[in-house]
Amino acid sequence: MTKEDAAALGKVKSPSRKKGKMILSIIMSIISIVYVLPVLAVLVNSFKLNTYVKTDTFALPLDEMWAGFDNFIKGMTFGNYPFIKSVLYSVVITLISTALILLFTSMAAWYVVRVDSLFCKVIYYLCVFSMVVPFQMVMFTLSKTADNLNLNTPWTIPIIYLGFGAGLAIFMFVGFVKSIPVEIEEAASIDGCGPLRTYFTVVFPMLKPTMISVGILEIMWVWNDYLLPYLVLDINEYRTIPIHIQYLKGSYGTVDLGATMALILLGIIPVIIFYLLCQKHIIKGVAAGAVKG
Amino acid sequence: MFKKKSGSTLRRPLRKWGLLFLGPITAAFAIGFIWPFIQGIYLSFCKFTLISDANFNGFNNYMAAFSDESFVHAFWYTALFAIVSLVLINVLAFAVAYILTQGIKGSNLFRTVFFMPNLIGGIVLGYIWSMIFDGILSHFGTSIVLNSTFGFWGLIILMCWQQIGYMMIIYIAGLNAVPEDMIEAAKIDGATKWQTLWKVTIPNVMPSITICTFLSLTNGFKLFDQNLALTGGLPIIMQKGASPIKTTEMLALNIYNTFYGSNTAARGTAQAKAVIFFVLVAGLGLAQLAYTRRKEVQQ
Repeated sequence: MTKEDAAALGKVKSPSRKKGKMILSIIMSIISIVYVLPVLAVLVNSFKLNTYVKTDTFALPLDEMWAGFDNFIKGMTFGNYPFIKSVLYSVVITLISTALILLFTSMAAWYVVRVDSLFCKVIYYLCVFSMVVPFQMVMFTLSKTADNLNLNTPWTIPIIYLGFGAGLAIFMFVGFVKSIPVEIEEAASIDGCGPLRTYFTVVFPMLKPTMISVGILEIMWVWNDYLLPYLVLDINEYRTIPIHIQYLKGSYGTVDLGATMALILLGIIPVIIFYLLCQKHIIKGVAAGAVKG
Repeated sequence: MFKKKSGSTLRRPLRKWGLLFLGPITAAFAIGFIWPFIQGIYLSFCKFTLISDANFNGFNNYMAAFSDESFVHAFWYTALFAIVSLVLINVLAFAVAYILTQGIKGSNLFRTVFFMPNLIGGIVLGYIWSMIFDGILSHFGTSIVLNSTFGFWGLIILMCWQQIGYMMIIYIAGLNAVPEDMIEAAKIDGATKWQTLWKVTIPNVMPSITICTFLSLTNGFKLFDQNLALTGGLPIIMQKGASPIKTTEMLALNIYNTFYGSNTAARGTAQAKAVIFFVLVAGLGLAQLAYTRRKEVQQ
């Protein structure tokens, strides 16, 4: 925050201005506390007996409401499906998809910028076009296509993600590659590097900042995505975390809210840890990807 | 498109590698986007339950879509939702960003907190908030799924909670790029803080405003997960002799329910709705972008 520093150092502030800032700080602190309350509510209710979640949502889980870790234990096998399997499938799908997208779209983007043939242009503009197409437009036909090609397992669904998610990634990589001077690559090529080696030893390292931005956007998208995996995967066999949670809540009958909250808590803890660790990159990635529709 | 052509030392040997560099992405793109898209357009003119039994039936699906009251209701509901959320999210996000760029204590911490909900997925967000709203409303003997007014504002609150932090990040970037000396100059000329905000700061952050209005409008129109998890379209109004209307059902959910509802004969209609939805989302985005770009040039 260079501007804030400048504002703090540069000007001699009158006492009234200082006071105004203090008040703003206090107001923002209160709003911040209100802002985290929903997450705290999940925490509190995951330790509460189911019958009290609906009636005493905002009470602390004390005395007779205290459920200990029962909700977590129950949640693990809730809905006749082990939660740990959902976690594993979510991790597998997110990691493979992100890796595939990063590798293949960056290669394509480099080729598209450097070769710039008619075919390249067609692919590029189709990718940009795909960014404004809502998922509902292709959902039925896409899930049928995936079924026909046996792409309905966690190991193969990344191919669908590569196809449907290519737009944003290519768009961002092309923007970055255009800013890299071609001379470095030409020097490598004159020194006898083939295109593949030029790409992996010269271009790939230079793309790192964009890789991080794109990677974070794709991770956030794939990890939280519900409808695409729900329609494509064979859900009796494979459920990701969002599918699992939707399945518990969406199925009629008695919903165990306490256990659902315990699972939601388990689902968001890794996300919050990831956020706190890579906060800087995440915020930068979001700002970079904001051009997307 | 790309002005500068690279020299032949790189370009000519690279051309031969097209299959390796473009092959995987083209194949995946064909499977994941191009083919489903073309097939989707074609099927919107067909009667089908599975794809193999498709029979061409002209514009019948489109007529059915436009005369489907639940779809028309979903359209107006979505439009209202998108506009209300667009205004609220952007005004609040801009206000927060403005305050956080004034050099107050704890700015970074506040930024971290406000952005946090963006990492939680829509389904989970919906269930967190449905628990909270029902926790309040159960004391008044009602529920978020029983009253469509609560359903509407509940979803607005949820979306504000999620998106203010996102838009705030974009506005902070924009505000930090406003030249300091312009604001100083306005101050020296005797402009009040309010005047400086309207005449100097806001014209300078127009690009950010363009991006954010564009984003929140399309996000509002495309909303699905949160809508499904919070109310699922409930409550339902039953009508005599016509299809029931889910009062809080938005366009994306309406299309989904038409596709995968019990009436498989309506799939053609659902695909036609999806095409209409696509034209709407793409058109809106482009129109708004063109409009705000023109404004930027004028300033």
